[in-house]
Amino acid sequence: MTIKGKAYIVGAFEHPTRKAPDKSVAQLHAECARGAIEDAGLKKEDIDGYFCAGDAPGMGGISMTNYMGLKLRHIDSTDTGGSSYIVHVGHAAEAIAAGKCNVALITLSGRPRSEGSSGMQVRSRGSAVPEEPFEIPYGPVTVNLYAMAAMRHMHEFGTTAEQLAWVKVAASHHAQHNPNAMLREVVTVKDVVESPLVADPLHRLDCCVVSDGGGALIVARPEIAKSLKRPLVKVLGTAEAPKHTMGGKLDLTYSGAAWSGPRCFEEAGVKHADIKYASIYDSFTITVVMQLEDLGFCKKGEGGKFVADGNLIAGSGKLPFNTDGGGLCNNHPANRGGITKVIEAVRQLRGEAHPAVQVKNCNLALAHGTGGSLGHRHGSATVIMERE
Amino acid sequence: MATAYQDRKLADPAINVGDERYFEAAAEGKLLLKKCDECGEVHHFPRGVCPFCLSSKVDWIEAKGTGTIYSYSVTRRAGPTPYCIAYVKLDEGVTMMTNIVDCDLDSVRIGQKVRLTFKQSANGTAIPMFALA
Repeated sequence: MTIKGKAYIVGAFEHPTRKAPDKSVAQLHAECARGAIEDAGLKKEDIDGYFCAGDAPGMGGISMTNYMGLKLRHIDSTDTGGSSYIVHVGHAAEAIAAGKCNVALITLSGRPRSEGSSGMQVRSRGSAVPEEPFEIPYGPVTVNLYAMAAMRHMHEFGTTAEQLAWVKVAASHHAQHNPNAMLREVVTVKDVVESPLVADPLHRLDCCVVSDGGGALIVARPEIAKSLKRPLVKVLGTAEAPKHTMGGKLDLTYSGAAWSGPRCFEEAGVKHADIKYASIYDSFTITVVMQLEDLGFCKKGEGGKFVADGNLIAGSGKLPFNTDGGGLCNNHPANRGGITKVIEAVRQLRGEAHPAVQVKNCNLALAHGTGGSLGHRHGSATVIMERE
Repeated sequence: MATAYQDRKLADPAINVGDERYFEAAAEGKLLLKKCDECGEVHHFPRGVCPFCLSSKVDWIEAKGTGTIYSYSVTRRAGPTPYCIAYVKLDEGVTMMTNIVDCDLDSVRIGQKVRLTFKQSANGTAIPMFALA
């Protein structure tokens, strides 16, 4: 069975807030849900499937189902960190293809900015986590874990700090056009490499923003999508792949995208050269470089050269990416960037991106995420979508 | 640039059932790994079940305490004190998360040989770490 063509993304909404001290996480989820339902031109009663991840308060999706008063036939709270919502697009398409639901709602929200949560804190994932006694005393935080992947990449392939910086430079070129973006100032390679080192070799400007907010998506079966008034965004292929420390046979030079990418392209039946726009999870600059290699946009080890000299900038580069400014400049709600990756890809396919960054004739887009850390465990997820 | 190593407050490990021997051995100055009696693979972090074949016949072995730095990051802004998180590939072939200690942190490089040492967490638990050999 394939999900190719069995489901469409009919609604997409990114919450405009970047700081929400007066709103609960549940309220933000519900506001995002309403935004996506309205964007699709649907009613709340049409939702019969719901997908959320670890940012949703309560037990799985049950608390949010209760809060929003949903009546469901299908529920899924798969959590792969920040890539969860890309996984959810795939799972929603599968559930729709199998007849388990007709209209699936996916929500994410969080308020790490208001709560003072960042990638510089050692975080326990709860009790009885098997690896934690052998990691937590060493001070693993999000930034230094990704930094170790970056350090090894530089060692093996000669990737430079300046090449990594180009990822931020490209994101900032896009963010200047996004009135909701946290960081709208265009930066240079020099700005990035002269910003303070947070965890060697990553500088402050190699890191994404910490923002409150959220987003939501609606995935629906083809007949419903075609009955609505929005441009048609068809799901062509999806794939997911966890990667981990492999019993101690650790290899930080590649990500799970090396597994999810080829399967997603195979299901979609398209080639890399066909992709007009790519949303690539940008928790850090290194994340983008490694994922582009693993997805096959360039050879392993050549990601640094690929992103350099503005190659990711819309209008001038060969592969326009994250035209909303991405996690690096725009938004990283709940410290999880997967849903905004899909949302901007949907904008591009609909022709609704900012005119300054809209890719011409954008009929095929990819969104890819890494949830967790490139430095030990993560869940990779890829989706390819087509404007019909 | 030089960044002198300083002791810092280490979080206590939340030891799970089956982990006790590892930390008892650490208190005796030893680093233990797990080896599978069925498939012969050595693994880390230690588990009650082999991650390569799911056999429960896993026994502790003592590591030599020598290895090579696979990757590292001098972490400058996650607390009051800079520290060097690292992955060390042990001579037994497994790679473990650790800290590099007792040196100028800015002199740490991938590929350097290291040797086992220990630092204590807040409650006095011995935590295996590595110094430049």
